[in-house]
Amino acid sequence: MAIEPGSLGPQSVEARPSAWGGLGAVLDTPAKRAVAIVVILALAVAAPPVLGPYATVILTNALLYTILALGLNIVVGYAGLLDLGYAAFFAVGAYSVGILTTGFGWNFWATLPVAVIAAMIAGVVIGGPTLRLRSDYLAIVTLGFGEIVRIAARNLQITGAASGISGIDQPWLFGWHIASQTDFYYAFLVLAIVGIFVSVRLADSRLGRAWLYVRHDEDAAEAMGIDRVRVKLAAYIIGAIYGAIGGAFFAVNLTAISPESFSFRQSTLFLMAVILGGMGRIPGVILGAFVVVLGPELLRDTGSLRYLIFAVGLLLIMLFRPSGIWPAGGKR
Amino acid sequence: MAELLVLRGVSLGFAGNRVLDGVDFSVDEGAIASLIGPNGAGKTSLFNCITGFYKPQRGSISFNGIETLRLKPWQVTRAGIARTFQNVRLFRQMSVLENVMSGQHCRTRAGAISAVLRLPEQRREEQRIREAAGGCLRFVGIGEEEWHRDATTLAYGHQRRVEIARALATGPRLLLLDEPAAGLTKGEKQELAALIKRIRDEQGVSVLLIEHDTSLVMSISERVSVLDHGVMIAEGPPKEIQANPRVIEAYLGSEDAEAALAL
Repeated sequence: MAIEPGSLGPQSVEARPSAWGGLGAVLDTPAKRAVAIVVILALAVAAPPVLGPYATVILTNALLYTILALGLNIVVGYAGLLDLGYAAFFAVGAYSVGILTTGFGWNFWATLPVAVIAAMIAGVVIGGPTLRLRSDYLAIVTLGFGEIVRIAARNLQITGAASGISGIDQPWLFGWHIASQTDFYYAFLVLAIVGIFVSVRLADSRLGRAWLYVRHDEDAAEAMGIDRVRVKLAAYIIGAIYGAIGGAFFAVNLTAISPESFSFRQSTLFLMAVILGGMGRIPGVILGAFVVVLGPELLRDTGSLRYLIFAVGLLLIMLFRPSGIWPAGGKR
Repeated sequence: MAELLVLRGVSLGFAGNRVLDGVDFSVDEGAIASLIGPNGAGKTSLFNCITGFYKPQRGSISFNGIETLRLKPWQVTRAGIARTFQNVRLFRQMSVLENVMSGQHCRTRAGAISAVLRLPEQRREEQRIREAAGGCLRFVGIGEEEWHRDATTLAYGHQRRVEIARALATGPRLLLLDEPAAGLTKGEKQELAALIKRIRDEQGVSVLLIEHDTSLVMSISERVSVLDHGVMIAEGPPKEIQANPRVIEAYLGSEDAEAALAL
C-alpha cells in the first residue's frame, strides 16, 4: 500500500480532537496551538507574584486537583470505569512518603518510587479481581476500598492513627529547598504539565484507543482481540500512579497528613472535577479541577451560603451541559 | 482440503433450555461455507461458541489444531478467527479508520511507556497499524474521503463493510459473518457476494456466514449446513440442500416460510 507521508499523520490529529475537545476547531494550526500554550504557560508562571500569597495557595491546590483529576480521567474518562475511591491512591502516595521520611529518615526523592510502586500494587490488588466484573460492582468495591484505606490509616500505629503524621521534611532539589508556597506552586505546575503531556500522548496511542474501544463496546473490543481486563488494569494502574505522585507532593507541601484528608468527600470532589469539565477531554478536566477548587473560594464572601450556591451552580451546569462544561467539538 | 475448524458434539444450554445439541460441524481451509436455519435455531449461539463468548457444556472445538474451548474471545481472535455482529457494532464516536485500527491491536504490542516516550519503534508500529487499517478499508471499498468520519454516521451498507474491514484487520484465517446481507439492497448484496469471494480468493481467508438470504447463500457457498432447534439436520453442497426434504420441512411453518419458497 502506498500511503503518502503526512497524509495520515496530521489528519489523524484532526480526526481526534478528543484530547483537545472543542479546541480542535479554534486552534486548527500548530502555530495557533503553540501560541495558546505559550500564553497559558506565561500566565501560569506570572501568577504567584502578581496575585499574591493567598491566591498562590489556592492555585497550588487547584494544580494538585488537576493532577488527580487527570489521573482519575484515565480511569473514568478513557476506560469508563467508575471509581469512587480514588482518594485511596492519593492516601497511599502521601502515607508512603510520610512514613518513610519521618519514621525511617528516607530522602523524599527516594520515597517517590516506593510511593508509586505501592500505589501500583494497590491498583493491582483492588483492580485484579474486580475488573473482571462488568457493570457498576466496581464502583461499590472502589468505594469500599477508599474507606478501608482511610480507616486503616486511622487505626494503625505506623500511620500515626487519627492524628496522622506531622513534621514531614520538605524536599531539596539541586540545592533548591522546595519550601515556600511559591516553590510548591511551581513544583505542582511542573507536575501538572507532565501529567497533561502523559495524558495527551496516551490518548493518541494503541493503549488509549483500546480504552475507548472497551468503553464503547466491551464485546466488540474483545472480538477484535483486545484483552479487556488487561487494558482496564493498565488504566487503573496509571490512574493510581497519578494519585500516588499527587499524594506524595501533597504530603511534603502540607508537612502533615491525617486520615481525614483522604475521605470519601475527597474522592467525590475528584470525580466531580472530571465529570464537570467533561470526561475524557483534557482541557475540560483541568477546567473542572479549577472550578471545584476555585468555586468555593470565589464564593467566600457569601458566608454560610457559599456551599449552597456552589451546589446549585453545579446542578445547573449538569442540567444544561450534561456532558461537561468543555465543548465536545462534535466528537465524543 | 484440510479441516480448519472442527466442532465435535457441541452442546450448549441456558437454564435448562437446550440451545445446541451435539453439533458436529467443520469448515475446510479455503472454503466459503454457510450456516442456515430458521430463526432461533441457534446459529448465532454457535458463532458465540466458536468465538469464545459462550462456553458449551459439552463437546470440543478445535481451530487449526488448537483447542479453543478454554480460550477467551480475544485469544480466539488472536488465534485467527475474526467475526462481525448481527447488528452492526462499530465503536461509536470514533472515526472509520480508528474503528478498523482496533483489529490490529492483537497484532501489535506498544504499551504505556513507549506511548508516552514516543519511541521510534512505537511510531513505526502506529504507522503500520494505520497502513494495515487503510489497506483493509480500501479492500472493502471504503474510500479515503470517509476514513475520518464518525463511523456510525456512514450509510448502513458502508457500516457493514467497515465492520468487515475491522474483522479483516485482525489478520484472520477464518472470518465469521453474522447475517452480513441483512438490511442491504439488492445491488449491495451482489457487491457483498463479490467481496466475500475476493476475501477468500485474494486474502486466502476462509469464510463462514450465517445468512437468511437463500439466493446469496446458494450462489456463493460451496457447502451449506442447516441448523434447526440446535440440531444439525443437513450438510452438503447447495444443490443437495435445496432438494433435502428435512430442510424444507424445517422451514415450512416457521417465520421463514418465505425462505422455504425461495429454496
